[in-house]
Amino acid sequence: METKEKAVVLNEKDNVATALADLEAGSSVKVDVGGRMITIKLTSRIPFGHKFSIACIEAGAPVIKYGEAIGNATTVIGVGDYVHVHNVASTRGSTGRKGGAA
Amino acid sequence: MSFLGYPRADGSVGVRNYVGVISTVSCANDVAHWIVQQIKGTASFLHPAGCGQLKPDLEIATRTLSSIGQNPNLAGVLLVSLGCESTDVGRIEKEIAATGKTVKKVVIQKAGATVALNEGLLIAQELVSQASQIRPREFDDSHLVVGVKCGGSDTTSGLASNPAAGAACDIVVDNGGTCIFGETTEFLGAEHILARRAVNKKVADKLLKIVDDMEKRARASGGDMRGGNPSAGNIAGGLTSIEEKSLGAIAKGGTRPIQDVYNYGERVRGKGLFIVDSPGREPEFLTALAAAGAQVALFSTGLGVPQGFPFIPVIKITGNPVTFQRLPDHIDMLVEMTAGKGSGLKAIGEKLYQEVLAVASGKQTKAEILGYGNFCGLYTLGPIV
Repeated sequence: METKEKAVVLNEKDNVATALADLEAGSSVKVDVGGRMITIKLTSRIPFGHKFSIACIEAGAPVIKYGEAIGNATTVIGVGDYVHVHNVASTRGSTGRKGGAA
Repeated sequence: MSFLGYPRADGSVGVRNYVGVISTVSCANDVAHWIVQQIKGTASFLHPAGCGQLKPDLEIATRTLSSIGQNPNLAGVLLVSLGCESTDVGRIEKEIAATGKTVKKVVIQKAGATVALNEGLLIAQELVSQASQIRPREFDDSHLVVGVKCGGSDTTSGLASNPAAGAACDIVVDNGGTCIFGETTEFLGAEHILARRAVNKKVADKLLKIVDDMEKRARASGGDMRGGNPSAGNIAGGLTSIEEKSLGAIAKGGTRPIQDVYNYGERVRGKGLFIVDSPGREPEFLTALAAAGAQVALFSTGLGVPQGFPFIPVIKITGNPVTFQRLPDHIDMLVEMTAGKGSGLKAIGEKLYQEVLAVASGKQTKAEILGYGNFCGLYTLGPIV
């Protein structure tokens, strides 16, 4: 089954989108933010299921998905940047710490 | 909107009309299984609990078995007892009978399994005859009690099938029905967000306490729920933090206020959205939903899982088109990967709600037709002794 949209923004408060396919660096991706279409130029490759920024996020500011904070930016994140463990820190428990449950 | 259901003496409504053959201890499972193999219209509840457990676990087992017997999808109940079990069989019998159902019992240690089997077959046959005389009739959809679960999750779960299940839950609640979810382990990292949706501080505190207690139990067993979560596999799949993982999981419960938090094995009373303290593992959690009084379950999956439940229709939905194609014998519905957002979500929720009504009215799920789901779990906190 073909999915027309290449990325999804789950809540209009979100500042990140999730890729629905592997997306190439430099490509432009259209995303629907609460009915408003915006185009984001990706600064790096975004694998399926991974996130990119749809707004500039200041260092220390919350990264928002599902309309809720999923952690804070550890550095300034530009529009179209890859957003993952390298630039986001959880505020509710460590990210990727060794040991514990899967 | 409405569905076809079976009226019960306590005012509840069944969407199936089985005679439950409930084993009161693990050692009685075989006889219960034999009876169900032979008598059409029966459904068993087989499990590993009921003996060699500490007092708190025996209380969980007793109340769960009692609640299982009270589930509205059962017209009558036959208890299969060993005789020396540590569950309180008298209490189970009494509490189920209080709902107005016929409750019968066979005891293996009286004269052996073959005699208990013979007695059980005759009793089950008579109970099925009685049940078959209950005519289904139309009920307003405020009588719906829907349980929600996710399992075998992948990236598509948090993007599509969980938000879709959540959208259907919102409709159930808005139409005056009851929705139940749980899997306390999955709240971790997002429990503060869930607690904000509690109807009052007491309920919020209960919610935070069940998460805290679960973490303490994990630590007492040498585990750490927060460290290492999200796992390496989660991170490879794109999940960045424990908050993100849990938000994707709790999306399946929808967005409505949380009315109350119940213990494992308790029957939920009231309308709206409820939480049952429970582990995430399928056999134990589906039992918790049945005990809570769910008539139908919505099961969101990514990789695809087979489990159903002996007397509850379990509707499997996935957002993963590969899984949907690969597992046509298990998955009931595919939802689009962009389901999770705005306007599309409402439409998907509505479609799923119509499926819930159809299944409640008698449409068979894949798991029911396949007969997958005969072996159930029952949660224990402590060791087997």
